[in-house]
Amino acid sequence: MAQLVRLTVNGSPRQEEVEPRLLLVHYLRERCGLTGTHVGCDTSQCGACTVLCNGQPVKSCSMLAVQAEGMAITTIEGLAPADGMHPLQTAFWEEHGLQCGFCTPGFIMAATALLAENPDPTDEEIGRGLEGNLCRCTGYVNIRRAVHKAAAAMREGAGAAAPMGG
Amino acid sequence: MIPAAFEYSRATSVADAVNQLRTAGPEAKVIAGGQSLLPMMRLRLAQPGHLVDLNGIPDLDYVRVKDGSVQIGAMTRHATLVRSELLRANLPLLAEVAKEVGDPQVRTRGTIGGVMAHADAAGDYPTVALMLDAEIVTDRRRIPARDFFQHLFTTALEPDELVVEVDFPVSTGAHRYLKFRRRVFDWAIVAVGVQRLGDGWRVGITHAGPTAVRAHAVEDALRSGATPAEAAERASDGLNPNSDVHASSEFRLHLAQVLTRRALEQAA
Repeated sequence: MAQLVRLTVNGSPRQEEVEPRLLLVHYLRERCGLTGTHVGCDTSQCGACTVLCNGQPVKSCSMLAVQAEGMAITTIEGLAPADGMHPLQTAFWEEHGLQCGFCTPGFIMAATALLAENPDPTDEEIGRGLEGNLCRCTGYVNIRRAVHKAAAAMREGAGAAAPMGG
Repeated sequence: MIPAAFEYSRATSVADAVNQLRTAGPEAKVIAGGQSLLPMMRLRLAQPGHLVDLNGIPDLDYVRVKDGSVQIGAMTRHATLVRSELLRANLPLLAEVAKEVGDPQVRTRGTIGGVMAHADAAGDYPTVALMLDAEIVTDRRRIPARDFFQHLFTTALEPDELVVEVDFPVSTGAHRYLKFRRRVFDWAIVAVGVQRLGDGWRVGITHAGPTAVRAHAVEDALRSGATPAEAAERASDGLNPNSDVHASSEFRLHLAQVLTRRALEQAA
């Protein structure tokens, strides 16, 4: 039996009926058209489907859409300002933090959650913060470098109270 | 992979959840954090006909200290346990273990009550519960941890019974939890916890059998004056772990001994 779910996706309120077994990742991709959230391993290990629920990172393949009732969901599409890129996106680009890019949205969402809690993480803290995400081509060294760079840019931006991105 | 179809309802209180379980019958199951249940449903290893969602029940998410006990609400997330100053001050072993459960995404959703009720052989909290003689509080009774975990994925819970709290004794002495795994977010191949409590040690072993075990032989040896290295040789006493793709039975027995020695030596 279809179930009503009311939630906010990237700032837009939504309300619709879904089948209870619809996973959040499929809701985002198929109902909302937000295909930046990827389905990777299908066994809740790889983290490619990571999104933020009320600011906290979750694997959207391991949550039902109906369980997002009342929550604010942020996907990779909701991260950047309309006219530019988020500092993490810029840093992944500049530091070669991606090769095929399949895992990248999940890494960036997990890194967003990490930096919100810890604006200046050590190598070790970045490793632990991103331990739920797998990359199989670029490798983790450039990803770690990108997170350091974005963290510095975001700290500077926060200090200068300037708008981020772009 | 899509789970098989099921009915879904949200519980608004513990009593409501129990009523819904009774009404829905034997095909019903509760969902807490869902970090084990949903992957199992996607693989169709589990196909409940009805899910009763506990996530909307208020007041099951807390850490409090009362009368020498650390009381943790069943829907308290791993992430909350990692951040809890109160837990770090009163039961630092569990705070340390919480950091090693899954990965940040899993810790956002997963709950302590869910881990207890699911009773995975590789679960980390059951080991701590056994070691410290914790009690699992349900909607109708208190169950000592030693009676709660019966076999693989099998607990003393009735089909319509709900875990509402887990009570641990305040334990602030030297402690350590060592978890051996290939990748940082994996389940333990074997893990060992040690805790200084009163004038003795408590020692527990994860994933060397269908349930966690308390290593009484190690505790007794330490009480009789054995060194950590001597006592750790007793860690494999009475164990008969499975072989699987991750490790042979012999390797698990070896790990139980080595990790016990290291945990005792490193405990602080």
